[in-house]
Amino acid sequence: MTGGFRLEPLQLDILREIGNIGAGHAATSLSKILGMRIEMSVPNVEILSFDKIAQYVGEDKLVVGIYMSVEGDMTGSIFFLMGITSAKFLLSQLFQEELNEKEPFTEKDLDALQEIGNILTGSYLSALADFTHLTLYPSIPSIAVDMAMAILTYGILEIGRSGNDALLIDTSFMNGSEKLEGHFFFIPDPSFFPTLFKALGVPM
Amino acid sequence: MYEIKVGIADLNITFAPNRLRTTGLGSCVGITLYDESIHLAGLAHVMLPSSELAKGEVQVAKYADTAIPELLMRMERAGGRRSRMKAKLAGGAQMFQNKGNDLLRIGPRNVEASLIELRRLQIPVVAQDTGGNYGRTIEIEAETGILRVWTVYHGEKVI
Repeated sequence: MTGGFRLEPLQLDILREIGNIGAGHAATSLSKILGMRIEMSVPNVEILSFDKIAQYVGEDKLVVGIYMSVEGDMTGSIFFLMGITSAKFLLSQLFQEELNEKEPFTEKDLDALQEIGNILTGSYLSALADFTHLTLYPSIPSIAVDMAMAILTYGILEIGRSGNDALLIDTSFMNGSEKLEGHFFFIPDPSFFPTLFKALGVPM
Repeated sequence: MYEIKVGIADLNITFAPNRLRTTGLGSCVGITLYDESIHLAGLAHVMLPSSELAKGEVQVAKYADTAIPELLMRMERAGGRRSRMKAKLAGGAQMFQNKGNDLLRIGPRNVEASLIELRRLQIPVVAQDTGGNYGRTIEIEAETGILRVWTVYHGEKVI
C-alpha cells in the first residue's frame, strides 16, 4: 500500500480522546434539542483503506448524510450519517408529529436535519478547538439522501491525491431504544497531524 | 457466473458469463469497455480526473487519464482489440452543492477527463448516465455488454 501513513498507539489514543470530548459535547447538544437522553459510544479510531471505509459504512446502504468541511488551522471532513428510520424518528421528536417513513423528506425536514448537523458539528469542533488551541471552523453544511459510499467519498477526495488510507474517527449516537442511531465521522487530512500533535506537545 | 467486485480506485476485466460491479459511485466515474466479439468486459472506478493532481506516487486506477489506458492494455493482453471496443460511463455526480471550492466540481471533471481520454484512444462512447446529484451502483454483463445502473430515488436504468 503506497501513500499510507502510520500513527503510534499514543497518537491514536489522543485522537480517540479528542473524538470523545468533541462527541460528548455534540451528544449533549443533541440531547437538549430533542429533549431526550442521547448516549454515545467510545469513538472508534482507525486508519482504513478507501475500500475498507466503503465496507465499514455499508456501501450502498441508504442514509441521510450531512457534510461539512473543516477549515482553519487544520482541514478535514465531517459527516453525520443516519439511516432513514433514525432520521424520521429524530424529525418526529423535533416537530412533535408522526412522520411516515415511506414518504420522501420535505424541504422542511432536510433543513431541520441540516441545522442539526450544523449544531452537532459546531459543538464538536469548538470542543476540539478548546482542547488543541487551534482555530477550527466548519463550512456551511450540505445534505444528501443517498448511498453511504457515494456520500462519504466526497470527504476523501482530497486525501485521495496523496494516498489510499484515511483516518476515520467514528462515534455513534443512540437514544437507548434503538430508534435513533447516528454516526459522526471525522476525517482529518493527514497533512494536519503534525500541526495537531505539535499543538498538543506530542512528538510526531 | 461470478460477480466480480471492483473497489474504489480499482479496475478489473472479465469474460462471459461473469459480471463486474461497483457500488456507490458518487463523484467517482465508472468507465466500462466492452469487446463484443469475444465477450470481454472491463470496468474502472476512478476517483479523480488527472494524475497531475497526485501528490506523490501515482496509483494508476485512481485517475481517469491513467486508469483508462491501463484498462485498455489489460483487455488487449486478454485478447481484446481496441478497434472493436465500445465504452459506457456512469457516475460523476455532484453530490453536494456548495460554494467556491474547485474540488467540489470533481464529478463533472471526472466525466470530462474520461471522455477526453476515450477520444484520444479512439474508443467510441456508446452510452452514458452521468451527472446529477445522486449516487449510482453499476454492473456490466460480459455476456452482452449491458450496463445496469441503480440509484436510490432515480430508478434503475439499462444502458
